[in-house]
Formats: sequence, C-alpha cells, structure tokens
Amino acid sequence: MKNGLKDKTKEAIAAYGFLMPNLVGFLLFTSIPVLASLGLSFVKWDLLSDGPQFAGLSNFAELVKDPFFGKYCWNTLFLMMAIPISMAGSLLLAIALNQKLKGTVIFRTIYFLPTICSGVAIFMLWRLIYNPNFGLLNSMIAQFGDMLGLRLAGPNWLTDEAWAKPAFIIMSVWQSIGGYNMILYLAALQGVPRDLYDAAEVDGANSWQKFWNVTWPQISPTTFFIATMSLIGGFQAGFDQAYIMTGGGPNGSTTTIIYYIFNNAFEWYRMGYAAAISWVLFLIIFAVTVVKWRFFGRAVHYT
Amino acid sequence: MGTHIDSMIQEEMRQEIALSTSRSRRKKPVKVMTELKEKSPLKRNLQRAVLFAILLIGAISMAAPFLWMVSTSLAEPGHVFAESRTWWQEWLPTTFVWQNYVKVWSVVPFAQFYLNSIFVSLCITFGQVATSAMAAYAFARLNFPGRDRLFFGYLATMMIPGAVTMIPVFILLRHLGWIDSYKALILPGIFTAYGTFMLRQVFLTLPKELEDAAKIDGCSYIRIFWHIILPLSKQALATLTTFTFMGSWMNLMWPLIVVNTHTKYTLPVGLAYFQGVHGTDWTLLMAASMMMILPILIVFLFNQRFFVEGIKLTGIKG
Repeated sequence: MKNGLKDKTKEAIAAYGFLMPNLVGFLLFTSIPVLASLGLSFVKWDLLSDGPQFAGLSNFAELVKDPFFGKYCWNTLFLMMAIPISMAGSLLLAIALNQKLKGTVIFRTIYFLPTICSGVAIFMLWRLIYNPNFGLLNSMIAQFGDMLGLRLAGPNWLTDEAWAKPAFIIMSVWQSIGGYNMILYLAALQGVPRDLYDAAEVDGANSWQKFWNVTWPQISPTTFFIATMSLIGGFQAGFDQAYIMTGGGPNGSTTTIIYYIFNNAFEWYRMGYAAAISWVLFLIIFAVTVVKWRFFGRAVHYT
Repeated sequence: MGTHIDSMIQEEMRQEIALSTSRSRRKKPVKVMTELKEKSPLKRNLQRAVLFAILLIGAISMAAPFLWMVSTSLAEPGHVFAESRTWWQEWLPTTFVWQNYVKVWSVVPFAQFYLNSIFVSLCITFGQVATSAMAAYAFARLNFPGRDRLFFGYLATMMIPGAVTMIPVFILLRHLGWIDSYKALILPGIFTAYGTFMLRQVFLTLPKELEDAAKIDGCSYIRIFWHIILPLSKQALATLTTFTFMGSWMNLMWPLIVVNTHTKYTLPVGLAYFQGVHGTDWTLLMAASMMMILPILIVFLFNQRFFVEGIKLTGIKG
C-alpha cells in the first residue's frame, strides 16, 4: 500500500517533468496570449502612448460600422469559391488514380508539387504568370487566338479589380487540387467495400449510377471533413498571396480578414482594434467547428 | 444549418438503400453477371482511356508552371520581355544563363537569408518534435492529477486561429526586448498543441505490454520513453518532423512581424524584400524562388510516404 502510493507520486512527478517544457511554452505563447487578446479587444493602444486606454465595446461597435471590414469579409468569402471547385477536381483525380492505371505514383507526385511548394516562391511565379504583357497565361491566350486567326488579349489579371479575385481562385485551385484533399479522397475510395459495387453491378447499374448511389454516400464523411476543414482554413487564408502578388489591391479587392488584422496591428499599430477583429474571426471559426463536431460525430459510423 | 441536416438524412437514406440492395439482391441469378461481363471489355477500355486522359491533362497543368519557372530562371534578362517569342521560345531559352543562379547570391544577402532559414527551421522542428513527444508521452502513458483537464485545455486552443495569439505574443516579445532576434523567430513556433495532440493519438495505440515488462525490470520512465515509445513511433515522428520543417520554411507572416533588419531575414521575407527592390529582374527572382523550393522538393521526393501517411493520419483522427 505504502509502496503503491509512492509509485503514484513518482509517476506524477515524472509526468510533470515530461510535460514541463511544452507546458511552459504553451502557457507563455498560447493560453495567456489568448486571454490577453480578449483583454486587448476592449482597449485602445498604439504601443507608443503611456498604456492601453479602456474603451469598452467601442472596438466592436466600430467594427460593425467599418465599411472596409465588410468588404474584406466579402473578399474572403468570394475567394472561398475555390473550395468547391478544387474539391470536385480532387475527387475526379482521386477516382482516376484509384483505377490503378500505370504510373499512378508518378502522377500523384506531380499533383502534389503545387501543394508542397506553396509559399512566397510560388506566389512570385504566379505574379509573373499573370503579367499582362509577357506572362505565361496571356501569351498562351494570344497564341491560342493566333491559331484561330483571332486577336485575343488576356486581361490585366492582378491590376484589374474585376479579375484579381478570379486570378487568385484559379491559382488556389491549381495549388490545392492535387494535395491533401486528393489523398484523403483516395484513401476514402479505397475504403469503400467492394461488394457494394458488385451488388450494384448485379442490379445493372452503370458507372454514373454506381458513383451516385455507392461511392458518393460512402465517401460523404470525407467530403464533409474536407469541406469543414477547408472552411476553417479559408476564413484565415489569403495573407501570403496578397502580400506578395497585389499588396491587397487593386483597391482592396484582394485584402482578406487576416490581412486586415495584420495591417491594423503591425502597419497602423491599432492593437485593440486588430484584437477585436481576430476575436470575430475566432467566433466564425468556432461556429464552423461546432457544426463539424455535431455532424461529424454522426457521419463517422459510416466509414 | 437546415440544409446540412437534410443532406445528412438523405445520406443516411441512401446508405440504407445501398446496404439493403447489397443484402437482398445478392442471390440474383449468376446469369446476369456473366451477361454483364461479356459486354464490358470495350466499354472498360474506353473508360480507362478517358480516366488516363484526365490524369494526363491534370499532370500537364500541374507541372507546366514549374517548367516555365525553370526556363525563365535560365533565360537572358531581356528574353523574358521579348514580345516576338514563338511558343517554344517561351519554354526553351535560346541560351542557358546559369549565371542567374550565381548572381542572386551577390545582388542580395541571399546566403544570409538561406542560413537564417535553415537555422530557424531546424530549431523549430527539433524543439517542436522533442517537446511535443515528451508532453504526448505524459498525456498518453502516465497518470497524474489534472491530466484530463490539462489535455482539454490543449485541445480547446487548437481551433483558435493564430491571428488571435500573434498580437499579444508580439507585445510580449517587445516587452522582453526580443524583437529582431532569433529567439523571437524560433520560440513561439515551437510550442503547438497540434504536435502534442497528434503524437498522443499515436502513443495511445502502442501496446502496453512492452512498457509493463520494462517497468518490472526497473526501467526508468526516461528509458521507457527513449527505448520503447520513440522507436515504435518512428513513422509518426518523421511525419511531424517533415510537416513542421516545411511549415516553418514557408512561413512569411511571423518573420515579417518580428524581424526588421536584413541580417535576420528568413528566405520568405528575404524574397519579398528582393521583389521589393528588384521587382522586374524576373530571371533573378525565378532563380531565387527555385533555390527556395529546392530543399522542400528534395525533402518531399525522399519522404513521400510520410506525407501520404501523415495526411491520412490527420484526416482520420482529426
């Protein structure tokens, strides 16, 4: 008995020893900052004056009236149009890869390249691709026109307000179509029981019917998972690409919520206001997460 | 939300239908099956051809921008702007200017950016994998008061966007006088709930017997952790290592926030700065970008299976 107690204490001491390095950092750089950020959202502070000035709910009141915030929320949502397009593409590629044709591994590797190499280098490449005079896209459009005997000219992708967001969507689809989602779909497709397809075949179902009645319901948990994760990511996305390719322009048309937080905090030193926006962003993500938990719990039996 | 519920119900119904068909129709005459099989080869081959075409078109559109990047990085500076290029000149420079790759290193302190990136990414990766593994071991295999409550605290922060914590962390680092230092670049990147969570899930699946045997032999917790738990989880550790390294190699925003002198720039910030001062030297910019993605490409090509496994792991467990 005495010995047992001693072992327990020893175990607890060891456990805290293992936990300590991570826990200290976690408290210092995550838990305490979360609380501090909530506090900051109720003050006005530019880091230069004497100290934070209590402002009550005025940051949030300002946010409701801020036309830029509304615009940037709309931009963020608009850019999320890339999500369904890229998901459909990922599923199509996964189905094609799942046929076990020759060269599957090579294809998969190539599809993964854009996801792997994301970041500043790729955004710079796309800034050049979208260059109206000598970028790859517009010269291809012009050459295509020549073949047809027409004079086609592509738009000023990144400097035209009407084209900047579509340009970003095209790029995001290119980047995400063959990445994580495709791998998840591929795993899901491989998990669909063979005998369901056999049964459908016996019933005389064609490929299309088999897809809608067997494959699609069977992989729906994966679809739901990808959709919610992409939504959560989508609300926080858009900084790197806009910073490198457009600086948030033209006329703020590619500025997203996260970029607005960055500008408020680190360009204009409006710490309280930036913290308030970040909490609104958190609430949006929290709502999506709750929906995900509530429904994913049910959907998960199906796999 | 209503539509979500509807679609879930529909899904459930489809599921029921699919299952009941598979059960009740199993006993259909075999004749039908042979009939079906006789028809299929031509159709099947056609289907395969269409799918192969989809794969090929996909591969070309994925790879084309990269090939163009390589060709641009090797072109003569004036070549890029030439309006009269034919389509093949676009893809194949008339002369290969390897000099572009050399020039990058002297136009900006590229070597310094590179070294900073390597140093910062290695420190973050090592720190994160080590501290996460230790914490995950405590959470998964040891009993201590407050364990579940603490773990819930970790979990709860996982959905908080980085944007929420970055402002107070910046203020904290400023107070400590750490702005513009390697400490500011590295330390906040090390401690993530994600790594701990992922490794805990993996450690939970390990068999208990080996550990018990070791305990009876009088092994200390440190030895169990080092000689049993870690070797059994090599794959998961490799996955976390690759993902963490890539994440910090690519990170633009945080270095942008905490660093303001050239000598501390990491590659992403350095490249953004390069673009700012030499924005139209496209051949040099592409050469620099190529050199930035090269290490990632190499890591990926050699560790492909860790990526695939890692994605499946996050997908299933998340």
